[in-house]
Amino acid sequence: MAATTAPVVGTAATASARRTTKRPSGPIRWVREHSIPIIGSLVLLYMFLPIFVVVLFSFNDPTGKTNYVWEGFTTHAWTSLCDVGGMCEALQLSLIIGVIATIGSVILGTLVAFAIGRYRFKGRSATNLLIFMPMATPEVVMGSSLLTWFVSLTLARGTATILIAHVMFCLSFVVVTVKARIASLDPRLEQAAMDLYANERTTFWRITFPLVLPGIVGASLLAFSLSFDDFIVTNFNSGSTITFPMFVWGAAQRGTPPQVNVVGSLMFFVSLGIVLVAQVVQRRRAKA
Amino acid sequence: VSGGAVAATAVEQRDIRTPDAGGGATESKGVGTSKWTPYALLTPGLLWLVLFFVLPTILLLLFSLYTGSLDQGYSFEFPGHWQTFPDALSQYWPQFVRSFVFAGLATIFCLALAYPLAYFIAFRAGKWKATLLVLVIAPFFTSFLIRTLAWKTILSDDGWVVQFMQKTHILDLLALLHLTETDRVLNTPLAVVLGLTYNFLPFMVLPLYASLDRMDPRLVEAAQDLYSSPWTALRKVTWPLSLPGVVAGTLLTFIPAAGDYINAELLGTTKVSMIGNVIQDQFFVVTDYPTASALSFMLMLAILVLVFVYVRRAGTEELV
Repeated sequence: MAATTAPVVGTAATASARRTTKRPSGPIRWVREHSIPIIGSLVLLYMFLPIFVVVLFSFNDPTGKTNYVWEGFTTHAWTSLCDVGGMCEALQLSLIIGVIATIGSVILGTLVAFAIGRYRFKGRSATNLLIFMPMATPEVVMGSSLLTWFVSLTLARGTATILIAHVMFCLSFVVVTVKARIASLDPRLEQAAMDLYANERTTFWRITFPLVLPGIVGASLLAFSLSFDDFIVTNFNSGSTITFPMFVWGAAQRGTPPQVNVVGSLMFFVSLGIVLVAQVVQRRRAKA
Repeated sequence: VSGGAVAATAVEQRDIRTPDAGGGATESKGVGTSKWTPYALLTPGLLWLVLFFVLPTILLLLFSLYTGSLDQGYSFEFPGHWQTFPDALSQYWPQFVRSFVFAGLATIFCLALAYPLAYFIAFRAGKWKATLLVLVIAPFFTSFLIRTLAWKTILSDDGWVVQFMQKTHILDLLALLHLTETDRVLNTPLAVVLGLTYNFLPFMVLPLYASLDRMDPRLVEAAQDLYSSPWTALRKVTWPLSLPGVVAGTLLTFIPAAGDYINAELLGTTKVSMIGNVIQDQFFVVTDYPTASALSFMLMLAILVLVFVYVRRAGTEELV
């Protein structure tokens, strides 16, 4: 156990190793000493179980409409992704909505984050409360209140109302993420720039903004995934427009085709790839 | 809600850990120096929230006081049709109770699963910390709906999970508690609670990890040097120090779980429907907007009250 622990916890490991010398040896001792890693791994296994199923059943060859029972291996779903009526159109729409909602919410949210993170002003705590409220409101409440709003304004529901809703619920998450990044900045860096005769504008664009940028990138990924995967709020405000989650919902009533699992698997592997690449890049930068 | 969301929350929480160098709001200036600058920065974002969050929520309350129907139009007569609230409540209180019980159970299950995992990542993972954090959120990179549908396969009636539970008589025991039936898990309360637990687990793991990771491991050593058993050290040192994470995690799990209707719809039947299912049916199937609005408003109110009472009792202001 001591061999696998990092230097940070090395002392804790030796301390517990010291006390465990009195205990009897055997498999019970081993399990007891490793109980935390064992439970942790089991929980991780539980989290991955549905992913195995999603990927596995993308290779299923179902005879009926439902795809819940294993019936045979085929790569057919992977090669005929867009043969399912309406799925690829829905996927495309979700991607477009995701990108626009991300741009909108990141611009609005970053401005708010700078105001809260950098200035003391009247109504700052009220602003914080207003930012917090959408995150503490269940989606079904947000969705239904927006529906009544759009019905009252006699605004036809469609792509535009979906976008309005997505920018609204992504906004708070963007503010919180970027604000945390701003709060962690060392103010001395900006002071140093000013001492070296950079004016405020130069200091902002050459020092502050590049330092906040990772927070903005993180917020963008967050906003995109929130928008791309949203079902509940969208369901209330989409009219007859079909985004990808709406398509899956509709398909679930009749029986999902394995192509849905292909998209699920692709989403998993693509996102995992992005995160892993980001980690490698970060590590290289840290070394350099 | 998907993986990227959770990933960014993790990043953010790691950043919070560094001592508050910027001090939140300091005298250090941004682009402009005018006292109007913050208001100029705030206006577009806050206007959006007021227009599409605050006003719609107020309208929701107003709508619940309307009389009429979708076809003939709604009208408001002073002082409003308040009778909708007790009517809706007397008809749908079982779904209300069920929502809060299911969400409560899911929150407890999440806490029980997430605590050992977060503890493991924070104290025992060493150089694998970052990788393990990615693994925690990786399952949530796929769509919420697709993930939930996968549980239909796992819990299917002739699947190995149900067969194992039948052979070991676990299912009989659970059926006695009215959580399942003697021969199936799908379409029972347990299936819905399991779905909720699964879908909101990262929202529990990440705040717990953030607060455990902030803790000085030498505190546990100190407790052990003073002859405390590992269990006492956990109860008297680790647990109290992780309370901010516990509070944040339970809120982040409970709130979306109480309003969720996807799990109840996909993994359950109308017999185990939650308040979210009722609200969506009232809007789209029955098109009784006043009742739907009243239910929606009561859900929000109930959650707000619960959150405030809970935060007060837990004695922490660290919410998000």
